[in-house]
Amino acid sequence: MFSLESLAHNIDLGLNNTFPPTIALLAEMVIVGVGVISLFAVLGLVLVFMERKVSAYMQIRKGPNRVGFQGFAQTAADTLKLVLKEGLTPDGADKFLFNLAPFIVMIVAMLLMAPIAFTKGFQIWDINIGVLYISAISSVSVIGILMAGWASNNKYSLIGAMRSGAQIVSYELSAGLAILAMVVLTGSLQISEIVASQQNGWWIFKGHIPAVISFIIFIIAVTAETNRAPFDMAEAESELTAGFHTEYSGMRFAFFFLAEYVNIFIVCAIGATLYFGGWMPFHIGTWEMFNHVMDFIPGIIWFFGKTFGLIFLIMWFRWTFPRLRIDQLLNLEWTYLLPISMFNLLLMTVISIMGWHF
Amino acid sequence: MIEEVGTTTEGDLIINVGPQHPSTHGVLHLVITLNGETVKKVEPHLGYIHRSIEKMCESLSYRQFIYVTSRMDYLSSHINNQGCALVVEKGMQIEVPERGKVIRVLMAELTRIASHLLWWGAMGMDIGAFTPFFHAFREREAINDIMEETCGARLTMNYVVPGGVMADVHPNFQKRTNEFIKLLKSKIDEYYILLTGNIILQERLKGVGVISAEDAISYGCSGPVLRACGVKSDIRKMAPYDGYEKVKFDEVFETAGDSFARYMVRMNEIRQSLSIVEQLIDNIPEGEFQAKTKAVLKLPKGEFYSRVETARGEFGVYVVSEGGLTPYRIKFRSPGFSNLSALHQMTRGSKIADLVATMGTLDLVIPDIDR
Repeated sequence: MFSLESLAHNIDLGLNNTFPPTIALLAEMVIVGVGVISLFAVLGLVLVFMERKVSAYMQIRKGPNRVGFQGFAQTAADTLKLVLKEGLTPDGADKFLFNLAPFIVMIVAMLLMAPIAFTKGFQIWDINIGVLYISAISSVSVIGILMAGWASNNKYSLIGAMRSGAQIVSYELSAGLAILAMVVLTGSLQISEIVASQQNGWWIFKGHIPAVISFIIFIIAVTAETNRAPFDMAEAESELTAGFHTEYSGMRFAFFFLAEYVNIFIVCAIGATLYFGGWMPFHIGTWEMFNHVMDFIPGIIWFFGKTFGLIFLIMWFRWTFPRLRIDQLLNLEWTYLLPISMFNLLLMTVISIMGWHF
Repeated sequence: MIEEVGTTTEGDLIINVGPQHPSTHGVLHLVITLNGETVKKVEPHLGYIHRSIEKMCESLSYRQFIYVTSRMDYLSSHINNQGCALVVEKGMQIEVPERGKVIRVLMAELTRIASHLLWWGAMGMDIGAFTPFFHAFREREAINDIMEETCGARLTMNYVVPGGVMADVHPNFQKRTNEFIKLLKSKIDEYYILLTGNIILQERLKGVGVISAEDAISYGCSGPVLRACGVKSDIRKMAPYDGYEKVKFDEVFETAGDSFARYMVRMNEIRQSLSIVEQLIDNIPEGEFQAKTKAVLKLPKGEFYSRVETARGEFGVYVVSEGGLTPYRIKFRSPGFSNLSALHQMTRGSKIADLVATMGTLDLVIPDIDR
């Protein structure tokens, strides 16, 4: 039967049989690179369109519906406009850092693609410390944001970048602890094993209350980490006009924009992997028929379905909540989320040592 | 960068908010001095949309000058017109027929609801919630349609003339207004679910932008801003005009004096205005809608003053007449100007985000401040 796993395997085999191993590896790298970049482009188009449609229906509008079929080409048209637009570098800006910043944010988003398991055996790099890798790399993006804010020579940008720095560093802790709770439960940092451990039920159902608490903390923390409303301090349109990317235009602005959406995709993919079993189908105990029908749906559809479900949740937050203030944001993290997630980690450890989970 | 000796210290950040900024709702320019995230000083700079309306009015006749005032506080243009018509009626001792009065009050209350709805949407935007804006506009649109049918215009209606209103209401007016009352009653609870009850909004507004009743009075605040401090100041109750003494409604006030109190005053005023409309809509008296006036209006020599309660507060018209065809001097007392002057007092020592939220609860309309 055709599957993405056999496709990847066959390409690997074919390349290794025709070329020497070094060349084959290089060719694979090129294929993966092209794949990631095209996935980036597609995700950008789909997610921006989805955001516009979701917000439109929440705001009793119709959203883009003129360009292309049902407005599907709207984002492509917008991208074209951004490509044609002049990318200004403000006077007095640190030109090197100013131009470097969008690429750092972009590259970080790309690197995060590596350990994500799209379906069984279809993963760029099944690194054995996958979860740690994700936590480590995702905090690098704050450097790009700080760089952009500092180099812009604009006070709004500077305030936005400083807010973003404080915010991402703080919420990284909660997100890390929430992920750690799941790692304790699974006993592995490797993404493929985390998914495999959810063969007979997703952790959100199997992991008792600590798993649910962990999920709630995770979703709050990643919303903050991706600078999404209600935690969009760094942009805070009504206060700082556009925050750290005020001075950016054209394609460099598009990079920030794209990186934001791809980051949302990645954190939701990680959430889906940790709590909802990644590409694992939905099974109910001993209902053989039901489980069989569920197995029939390909893993990639399960994976994207779960991820987009979480993305919808995050978009829903954005279009219904007001924004927090910076001190309330930090207060929420340091006085509520962090102690709760630490306690939750202890609880989870006890549960997994005693084997009380299902 | 603007340097001001004695007010700033080393390391302070001076930022120009506006004249083009998403949260100033127009061309207001604030020069704010920041220490990190903390606001040390707020200094409004005005004049970007000054059209010298008061001077313009001096060369317009008593029939004409009313309509220029629509362009001041464009969100309660009808109430501005009403204030100007009242001063002419007072000076010439014109008695407005009952029907004309009731139609004026109905329109004024619909205008107030429309203005508060727009404020509610913009308030949501200021604190980062985008969706309320569209929900509020949906209902505001229904009011605008009613206005359009009767007055021929949606925003600057120019419906008031000295002695009553320009034309009778449209035959559909009562039916559509009743429909609107039903619509808004069902939606107003939705507003509470969407924004008012939200914990983030309450955290953002409670205890923020506090002003004491004494300070509010000395800054000359009026309208919801003053009533949020617990001071009863509704002109409709204190000095009733156009038959407000005959309708039953409660003067809304809160005691906290913070942004949330101002928010709640406006939200409850929507309900009160709705109840006024409900009382009057099926009881519009028969008769003339306009008193018979002379073709040329001339105010006798002297000084005349009238005041009305707009959606933003007390709007005063002061006319000095030399007995000629046009006013000799004219002065408007606009509510936004005094409310804005209290902004510094309210936001000193708070965060940037609080400044924006507080400015939102002041409900500033810049052309009203910059006449």
